[in-house]
Amino acid sequence: MVITLKRIFKSGWKNFIRDGGIAAATCFVLIMTIFLISTIFLLKDVSQFLITTLKEKADISVYFKEEVGEEEILVVKEKISKIPEVKEVIYISRETALGEFIKRHKDDPVLMESLWEVGGNPFLASLSIQAWEAGQYSAITGFFENPDFNNLVEKIDYYQRKPAIETIFSLSILFNKAGIILSIILIITAILVTFNTVRLAILNSSEEIKIQRLVGASNGFIRGPFLVQGLISGLISGLISLAIFSLVCWFLSPKIEFFFAGFKIFDLFIKNFWIIVLLQIFTGIFLAIISSAIAIRKYLKV
Amino acid sequence: MIKFQNVTKTFPASVPGMENTVALDDISFGIKEGEFISLVGRSGAGKTTLLKLILVEERPTKGKVFFEEQEINKIKPEKLPELRRKIGAVFQDYKLLPKKTTYENVAYVMEVIGASDLEISRDVPKVLEIVGLKERVNNFPAELSAGEKQRLSIARALIHRPRVILADEPTGNLDPYNTLDIIKLLLKIHEMGTTLVLATHNREIVNSLEKRVITLEDGKIIRDEEKGRFIL
Repeated sequence: MVITLKRIFKSGWKNFIRDGGIAAATCFVLIMTIFLISTIFLLKDVSQFLITTLKEKADISVYFKEEVGEEEILVVKEKISKIPEVKEVIYISRETALGEFIKRHKDDPVLMESLWEVGGNPFLASLSIQAWEAGQYSAITGFFENPDFNNLVEKIDYYQRKPAIETIFSLSILFNKAGIILSIILIITAILVTFNTVRLAILNSSEEIKIQRLVGASNGFIRGPFLVQGLISGLISGLISLAIFSLVCWFLSPKIEFFFAGFKIFDLFIKNFWIIVLLQIFTGIFLAIISSAIAIRKYLKV
Repeated sequence: MIKFQNVTKTFPASVPGMENTVALDDISFGIKEGEFISLVGRSGAGKTTLLKLILVEERPTKGKVFFEEQEINKIKPEKLPELRRKIGAVFQDYKLLPKKTTYENVAYVMEVIGASDLEISRDVPKVLEIVGLKERVNNFPAELSAGEKQRLSIARALIHRPRVILADEPTGNLDPYNTLDIIKLLLKIHEMGTTLVLATHNREIVNSLEKRVITLEDGKIIRDEEKGRFIL
């Protein structure tokens, strides 16, 4: 048994070396597939980050009348925070709102001039409220329809923003679904391409398999070296993919961070390093071995 | 040792509407241990099919084939390797393993039967010396001449001391000089006690052997003579 295993491994290794071009083609396709699967694995987090960022952009603002004091607003904030539908409430004072406006439009002379012409601080204090889901905003605005708030609230901008909020939430759901479907299609395509490449490589050996059968080799003795060859291809492809993937993440990280502020892809890669290592090496080995096993079955019937 | 009992083998027509091809038509004969038999006949007479039935590469449509009392036409696929290890086969197109060297092609058969590394390193060089390929151990089949390929094929067929060697047109692709070499080699193997079945349509060889000759025509045995001659 040990001697047979030793011979199978030796033969598989020799075949891998002697196959040259075919082995390289198989590895190339495997690397592509592993790379794709790893990218999809990381993109899952990227899309999650984008969806969260988008959702954070969706909020409603409740503006308070000029005469309402900060303490009163903070009491309201306290009450609002206790509503289960509310994710986060931020108090924006009149001064903060003015400061933000100046900061944002300091380079726009028309707007700045208009602001000086109005004189004083035209901004109202507000509460910026975020809900967990798009449908929950109407419940939150309902809370302010209570007569107790009539004297306090100047306006709620929910009704103006409603279509935008709903679009953002439906887009995020669409992103999620499209991402999953696209990933599945890509993975299936990559697996089929890998399977076909391995199948073609084995088809090239079909005559050899037939000869091995005719000289009395058992199925295990014939299949073994092909599986070992698959194992080696998978392992090598996994390691090459890992090296390329690390480099790509390291190289692209600053660029991606520039586009999606705060998103560090290299940190994400390091955080998930061992999962990615296992994912890449096991994907390579699993794909190569399964493809070889299925492809070879057909030729063992002589 | 080998017995054919009313064996018929037909191949279905490749084009619908055409008639099936009858490769062997109700043939019966036996081969005793230690015999040297020449199977002669024109191309398509059924020689190769007959050898394929012994190697269970094909199964008969009707009748029975026995190898050492075992009805091999009913053998299960998982038992096939065991049977084939008792048979050595030499083919016209050599059927060598292209990605293995001369040494490895011969050693492969010993690995298949589970021989130890020591036995392999002792026996393979000896056999390669017998067939005159001692200097070509590290060459791949593509680097060998036709005669060398056939000698390698014979070395592979005899390395595990099979009960019988089936040689299907082993000289079909060779020049007269190499043909003579191969036949001398086969005779030497036979003299060592191995049963030999040689399928050929080389008249000179058959007539010079003066051994048993079975003549096939259109799938039927038309002649079976001890010390026969090639008559068609």
